[in-house]
Amino acid sequence: MNLKALKHITAAAMLLAAAPSTLLAGSITAKGSDTLVILAQKWAEVYMGKHTDTKIQVTGGGSGTGFAALQNRTTDLANASRKIKPAEVAECIKAFGKRPTEYKVALDGLSIYVNAENPVGELSLEQLEKIFTGKVKSWREVGGPDAPIVIYSRENSSGTYEFFKEHVLKGADFAASAQTMPGTAALLQAVAKDKNAIGYGGAAYGAGAKHLKVKATEATPGVEPSQEAVMGGTYPIWRYLYIYVNPNIDKDEIAAYLSWIRSDEGQKLVHEIGYYPLPADLRSK
Amino acid sequence: MGLKRGHQAHPIEWLVERGIFLVATTAILMVFLIFVFVAREALPVFLGQTNSSLVQEVLPVEKMNTLTPVELQKYLGLSAKQYRELDRESIRALMEVKIEGATEASHDKDAGLNTTAWRYLIGPHQWTGYERPAYIWQPVSQIHKYNIVPLLIGSLKVTLVALLFSVPLALGAAIYVSQLASTRAREWLKPSIELLAGIPSVVLGFFALLVLATLLQKLFGYQGRLNALVAGVALGLAVIPVVFSIAEDALSSVPRSYTQAALALGSSRWQTAWQIVLPAALPGVFAAVVLGFGRAMGETMVVLMASGNASIVSGSIFDSTRTITATIAAELAETVFGGHHYRVLFMLGTLLFIITFVSNLAAGQVITHLKSRMEGKR
Repeated sequence: MNLKALKHITAAAMLLAAAPSTLLAGSITAKGSDTLVILAQKWAEVYMGKHTDTKIQVTGGGSGTGFAALQNRTTDLANASRKIKPAEVAECIKAFGKRPTEYKVALDGLSIYVNAENPVGELSLEQLEKIFTGKVKSWREVGGPDAPIVIYSRENSSGTYEFFKEHVLKGADFAASAQTMPGTAALLQAVAKDKNAIGYGGAAYGAGAKHLKVKATEATPGVEPSQEAVMGGTYPIWRYLYIYVNPNIDKDEIAAYLSWIRSDEGQKLVHEIGYYPLPADLRSK
Repeated sequence: MGLKRGHQAHPIEWLVERGIFLVATTAILMVFLIFVFVAREALPVFLGQTNSSLVQEVLPVEKMNTLTPVELQKYLGLSAKQYRELDRESIRALMEVKIEGATEASHDKDAGLNTTAWRYLIGPHQWTGYERPAYIWQPVSQIHKYNIVPLLIGSLKVTLVALLFSVPLALGAAIYVSQLASTRAREWLKPSIELLAGIPSVVLGFFALLVLATLLQKLFGYQGRLNALVAGVALGLAVIPVVFSIAEDALSSVPRSYTQAALALGSSRWQTAWQIVLPAALPGVFAAVVLGFGRAMGETMVVLMASGNASIVSGSIFDSTRTITATIAAELAETVFGGHHYRVLFMLGTLLFIITFVSNLAAGQVITHLKSRMEGKR
């Protein structure tokens, strides 16, 4: 009886002694892109289920917020839906002496959304550029009804906005008349209610909305943003999603976690969330 | 100050008095500190010290061995402390990044312009790719375009719609409640109108986004779902309780003798309210409208959600519009701390403060003028 109680007490004491050290040892924070936040949370959840001694905290706020936190060393991992800019690299070097390490962690196809009543089924990249820069103003010019095109865009703090501007508009400005929505969900809501609307957003949000096939050039056929098309590179509007890390701390738990994310196991979750997994040659072994 | 009755204040009373004085001045101090903070962040823009030009001198990496430490620090934008902490390898990496940044900068004809200069902040300019000179707010772009004219127009347009919608309603309600309504009606009307003030603006915005936008579109049959009209009407709902409560107070505080004299001379209740009480309460009613204007200018959430936020220069209330407040709310979180975008947003904040401050000041003048005229001093 006494012996048993003693055993219990020793076990409890050992647990207490062990607890703080494991908490300190295995705590990882990830911050950044709102596009990546759902996926990052899923990764963290599954990984924590397998490695009970590791604790992972994920927060959003935008790619830029993540980079700022990486510079201030208030986060271990910076999630990003765009590449880091030279000015941000410079700040990182000033803070910890090295360039942050870049990991590609998933693929994302950007879908072009229109209202369900819109008869237009496909557009070429060139037509998209003209529509979103405001050069084409009527649906009739791209094979639709005689109605003005209402453009819905994202706030300029969004990584998706910057990506779309760079890759579809080739760096030109969005039409001034483009309405800006605070998130992809709000944008889809607006497109669903406006029969002349056109908008863009991550493919993961697309359930229920009508998306267009996109042609790389006038001559090529329109392509659906499917997994094969995005991974094979035939769908023209896609991007990598990244995680950046301070190379000085890229070891032990953090390195193990990053490697797990890019393994077959981690990439399986990417598909569940609605993004596209990395091609085999970019995965970790 | 005050009455002297020949005995000294008790020391504890003196202490309490000072304490209360301190509490009373805290609010003023806070407002002052906030203004100092906002103005300090915006000052470089006002003084023309910011530079958003993309063209900058770039040195080859090998130069790091020939430059003096001071020159190197200046070139890389490092503080002396940062420079001491970095090794040669890091400095080399910084030199390389600087070159990458320069090669990535566009070869646009406008790349060398300092777009934060006042000329580009308020004047039109024909940017590359545009057919004619225009007022463009596109801060996240190859060339950062910070023209504040579309935002100023947006803010004023939405505010105007809100006031046109809310002031007649609020004043009408105030006249009815204070002059014409029976005591019982007044007892439940007044608190229910004032209850509107308790609706959080984000809820109002959500209501405007989902319900009001559809309703008004059906009513007027215009193109864009979200526009200055929707935002203005929703904003008006937030302004009504402010204007109502102050106007109602002003109307109720007109001396009863005025009403009684008018009624005794044979005026109807309607004539009394319209021709006697309203003119007598005019300074207070005017103050109510000015406060409503301030509330409408400064409101953020409603306009962010319901205006569509397109930064266009247009006089039509059926066009989408972007206000100063919504711009600051949407963009500040992602800007580089201390960068030119950050500074321009703070400049907009200061501008907003100045607009409300000047309008309040001017209103104060008008009110004293009205009062002195009413009291027969001129």
